[in-house]
Amino acid sequence: MSASTRTSDIIRHSAATQAAALEAGEVSSEELTRAHFGRIAAVDGELNAFLHLNQDEALTTARDVDARRAAGEELHGLAGVPIAVKDVVVTEGQPTTAGSKILQGWIPPYDATLVRALRKAGLPILGKTNMDEFAMGSSTESSAYGPTRNPWDRDRIPGGSGGGSAAAVGSYEAPLAIGTDTGGSIRQPGAVTGTVGVKPTYGSVSRYGLIAMASSLDQAGPVTRTVEDSALLHELIAGHDPHDSTSLPDPVADLTAAARSQDVKGLRIGVIEELEGEGFAPEVRARFTESLDQLERAGAEIVRVTCPNFTYALGAYYLIMPSEASSNLAKFDGMRFGLRVIPEDHPTAENVMKATRGAGFGDEVKRRILLGTYALSAGYYDAYYGSAQKVRTLVQRDFAAAFEQVDVLASPTSPTVAFRLGEKIDDPTAMYMNDIATIPANLAGTPGISVPSGLAEDGLPAGIQFLAPARADARLYRVGGALEALLEDSWGGPLLAKAPELTNGAQR
Amino acid sequence: MPSIGRDDVARLADLARIQLTEEETARFAGEFDSIMDAVASVSEVATEDVPATSHPIAMTNVLREDVVETTLTQEQALAGAPDAQDGRFAVPQILGEE
Repeated sequence: MSASTRTSDIIRHSAATQAAALEAGEVSSEELTRAHFGRIAAVDGELNAFLHLNQDEALTTARDVDARRAAGEELHGLAGVPIAVKDVVVTEGQPTTAGSKILQGWIPPYDATLVRALRKAGLPILGKTNMDEFAMGSSTESSAYGPTRNPWDRDRIPGGSGGGSAAAVGSYEAPLAIGTDTGGSIRQPGAVTGTVGVKPTYGSVSRYGLIAMASSLDQAGPVTRTVEDSALLHELIAGHDPHDSTSLPDPVADLTAAARSQDVKGLRIGVIEELEGEGFAPEVRARFTESLDQLERAGAEIVRVTCPNFTYALGAYYLIMPSEASSNLAKFDGMRFGLRVIPEDHPTAENVMKATRGAGFGDEVKRRILLGTYALSAGYYDAYYGSAQKVRTLVQRDFAAAFEQVDVLASPTSPTVAFRLGEKIDDPTAMYMNDIATIPANLAGTPGISVPSGLAEDGLPAGIQFLAPARADARLYRVGGALEALLEDSWGGPLLAKAPELTNGAQR
Repeated sequence: MPSIGRDDVARLADLARIQLTEEETARFAGEFDSIMDAVASVSEVATEDVPATSHPIAMTNVLREDVVETTLTQEQALAGAPDAQDGRFAVPQILGEE
């Protein structure tokens, strides 16, 4: 096999396989990184998954890893495997926009803690991925830089807000990516692109250097093509960070071993009654039921559980999230960084702020800041924000009661397959419904994983979500890894192998 | 539930320091009523006996040792500024505002 054939093939393998090839000397990190840039050049014009490419620096990192490996240095297991990073994560010396015009051209003066971990481990950073502006959305249509398209069907959304990361991984532009999940923004894009997405336990991956939307809900995590790859990346970015006061001090569990265990005998899986009925598409539910059947045949016990307050989670989320966002986004005022718009008449600081924010923010960001301002305003605070925080308590109680009965909970990740671009953009409440199954975990801080469950309507992928108690992320990898193996056996290979081919911009 | 009209949206935009066009003001007013209707259900279960939770993980103060650490240099801090002068952020007129 020639080197060029080998590298064009290897981008379709998992990150773990790519890492093994690097370790065995079958391919260099420079070849691997160049192969991914080649793939990006071939298909990203159609997908718009990347907002910024980091080619020079990535190749420098790759060559450095190759040299260190050649010198016999002991390297991190993922050293030399390229990665893409969602553009809401700050990267020193590389543009970071959070998908917003208000940060166009901004170059952060520091790295997020998780980026420092990636650099330390020697992962070439391919670039920054597209996203809904400030991570507000479920479709990546609210990016100021145009929507990302779904690799399965370019007329469809790739999910949101991390549609760029999911599309990059799903189209073989990157073997690994970083996402952030405030209400489902890693898991829902995973479900609709046939990839794996994990929201770790709140506080287990540092939020230092993530441009905050809703600080009590945001959590960074892995976007990959296999459960094992997510475990490898999760272990790399997790751990205590003194720069983040909400960072957990706990040691990082052996998640990779859990992913590889393939053992669900005796595992009790709770099906959440409130998250599988009305509003969930029949074929999405069918793939969900088939997945549960597979797990049951492998020795898991399926139990029906009820979480009655999950019904109120969506409403509570859409009060808490904009309230925190209205506060967090106050710093984008045109004074110290980013865009500054000076109005012609009376260019006072206040008028400059209004003009800058009016021009720099898109519709969805304005909508949520105004909703948050309303929910926090005098006279309405108790009725809205205060009540929502009480619902959060009730959701946590539901989780606690359910985890008395079962080890993990399960539901479809997203109610439907990817919808068409533009289909819901003018109907905010319809758009918000996409997050109905993912939001409870963010309110309670519990971890969740989305794993491909098969093809549903129009031959598009659906996902199954598992949820575990806080700090019990390893359970997700155990059940996710086992299900992935069972389903791939039944499909004869990974689900992504069934995706239409993307080459030189031509689908199929 | 009170209806959210154009004047309310304009007042919120003023509080949030966001300049809106007439079209945006009208559109948001129409959307906010339906969104707030959708979230109104939270008050149904938020009874007095339920304590509020502000954060998913119980928090206490987290303090580091009071020792000097490396920070951004003045140059780094000003690098992304729209305008700077004499090593400081240059901002529009503040004094004299109403």
